[in-house]
Amino acid sequence: MSGTFIGMPKFQTAAKEALGNSQQRRNLQHATGTIRRKRAGVVDELDNWDELRQAGAAIKDNVLSHLDTYLVQLEESLTQAGATVHWAADAEEANRIVTSLVRATGAEEVVKVKSMATQEIGLNEALEVAGINAWETDLAELIVQLGHDKPSHILVPAIHRNRAEIREIFLREMGQVGTPPPTGLTSNPRELAEAARVHLREKFLRAKVAISGANFAIAETGTLVVVESEGNGRMCLTLPETLISVVGIEKVLPTLEDLEVFMQLLPRSSTGERMNPYTSTWTGITPGDGPQDVHVVLLDNGRTDALADQVGRQALRCIRCSACLNVCPVYQRVGGHAYGSVYPGPIGAILNPQLRGTTSDVDQSLPYASSLCGACGDVCPVNIEIPELLVHLRTRVVDEHRGGIPSGEQIAMKGAAWMFSDHRRWEKAQKGAELSGRALGKKDTIGRLPGPLSAWSDARDAPTPPAESFRSWWKREKGDPR
Amino acid sequence: MTSLPGQGMRVALFATCFNDTMWPETPKAVVTVLERLGVTVEFPLDQTCCGQMFTNTGYAREALPLVERFADVFDGYDAVVAPSGSCVGSVRHQHATVARGCGQPALADQATTTARKVYEFSELLVDVLGVTDVGATFPHRVTYHPTCHSLRMLRVADKPLQLLREVRGIDLVDLPEAEECCGFGGTFAMKNADTSVAMGADKAQHVRETHAEVLVAGDNSCLAHIGGLLTRQRSGIRVMHLAEVLASTERDFAAENELGTAGDNPTNQPTDRPTEEEVTA
Ligand code: SF4
Repeated sequence: MSGTFIGMPKFQTAAKEALGNSQQRRNLQHATGTIRRKRAGVVDELDNWDELRQAGAAIKDNVLSHLDTYLVQLEESLTQAGATVHWAADAEEANRIVTSLVRATGAEEVVKVKSMATQEIGLNEALEVAGINAWETDLAELIVQLGHDKPSHILVPAIHRNRAEIREIFLREMGQVGTPPPTGLTSNPRELAEAARVHLREKFLRAKVAISGANFAIAETGTLVVVESEGNGRMCLTLPETLISVVGIEKVLPTLEDLEVFMQLLPRSSTGERMNPYTSTWTGITPGDGPQDVHVVLLDNGRTDALADQVGRQALRCIRCSACLNVCPVYQRVGGHAYGSVYPGPIGAILNPQLRGTTSDVDQSLPYASSLCGACGDVCPVNIEIPELLVHLRTRVVDEHRGGIPSGEQIAMKGAAWMFSDHRRWEKAQKGAELSGRALGKKDTIGRLPGPLSAWSDARDAPTPPAESFRSWWKREKGDPR
Repeated sequence: MTSLPGQGMRVALFATCFNDTMWPETPKAVVTVLERLGVTVEFPLDQTCCGQMFTNTGYAREALPLVERFADVFDGYDAVVAPSGSCVGSVRHQHATVARGCGQPALADQATTTARKVYEFSELLVDVLGVTDVGATFPHRVTYHPTCHSLRMLRVADKPLQLLREVRGIDLVDLPEAEECCGFGGTFAMKNADTSVAMGADKAQHVRETHAEVLVAGDNSCLAHIGGLLTRQRSGIRVMHLAEVLASTERDFAAENELGTAGDNPTNQPTDRPTEEEVTA
């Protein structure tokens, strides 16, 4: 898949390192806290929020169970409207299609609308190999690109950076790839935005080709929709001659009316606004207006694998709002990079192992990157039961490991299950705990535990077992000495 | 009190495996409170564990026999109570799923039927018995942490707080960022120990900000995690299960004052632990 994230260590290892980055933790805590409060405010003011979520989930579920029909309809509508439709089974095929489309125009650079699908397939890297410069035009994506960094959030990919860091990146990097920032640039947000605006303007006016994703694709009409805040997407979608959009096959919606639901759910959930500033829609080619060469690449890249899992498929309802990231206590502390994917946070933990499979260390560890606190499921605008899916995927990881040489954990789990499956065995085990409780006497806690248990006691005291279990007490006191 | 709210009710106590073994004072406190309200409490001795740890770690097949056992053991009761939001959450929201996932639809139905009668402690008191004042006295500064599974799986909302507000002598203070997870998360505490501790440290920090003497919650596992950090920090803050606060009465404190041991008892620790002499004898 994406070339940037290959060979990631498992989540735990990456998380440990990220936790030590105190600047990043402060930046994340501040930024996620702000969006979280804004979201809560605009969601609370709607008394039909739960109905909207249910409607959103129902529309998506209907699409997912008739995806074949809707995709064919989408292809027909797009073709009729003058767009050319391409089908890509995986990242490699999608990159190949886009690269050859750009080459055919003779262009050596493209401007990009912020898009998760193109991040997912590592398109920028593929274009770079082909000698084509891809310029990100979303402000946060630009910061990530100029900083030779990786995105750490779906909506705000540079969320791990603060203003001072952004200023440094601009001063150091902007001039090397285009219009430099004014000397004497400060970390005032207005000045930073202005520097980006001037830098990008030159690229917009020069570009012959733009590449985008789409938030929604309407089967009935062949209309693609991009929802954004800055207007830079609008520039890319209207100025160049050629427009290529890479769209995940789960983005299809049956009709334009369905947008009514999602245009209420998405802005409130993602930026905490009642409505986003710019929503662009285009339907193939409009003669004399906007791009005259329009391509749509419909991308699978693991989505049909996710669809095949009756339980797991609800992850494909996701509209990439990132609300689940902003409320996640794990994401807030660890940040996005530890998830080893452009999809971090709770949605990443359930989506990546489904899209990429569970063969790599990082994908096996992702379903465990959660305390199952449930905050994500509560905010998801399309009611994805994220905690349930995490447990479902954990079960898949465990089941896939059965049959080989058993691990320590497998042996421990099997042993404990055997003990619990008969209360007499359990009572015997309890007697052992009572004995150690007596031996430890009056001490309430233990400071250090040996072996694997030190994972607990490195930072936390551990409770000592009491001298008498409840069961023994009950038998003694309540006269049921079975 | 003329007619007690629990008169004529027969309730089975599911102590939960870790309370049974590690924190027996909690199920004892449940018995005390319920009997005070007139309830007849039974403790089916063939109970063991709800299987939550297995299910949540991905070992559904290992959890299956425990799901079956739970449904069998607690089948015949009007109501079942457990002093753990997460165990009740597992019974209510996972047992049927585990059974179905293991290809046992009949067991899934049985599990669903049994789960309907299973209540977390504060639910049983407020929803079933209809009481908020259980006659408790606890003259301490207390803050309450709503554990994730009681909050978001069971939706107990402010029931525990309704109960705490009626406790005589209590000085109940709000916990900042109360609804954020403490970072325990079962095997998460071990598998992702660094992240778990980072979350717990923030929770402990908020607890300290309240200047409470006692942190109260409805799950001893979360309390062991937060409490383990608080004692490592020598913060002087105790942790205590909600049931133990509700079991405390005026008499406990009258006796304490006479003996001059206030603050030593009641705690989350067993009171009947033998003395060092007894152990070495
Ligand atoms: S899973 Fe739900 S909350 Fe998370 S990004 Fe997707 S739609 Fe938003």
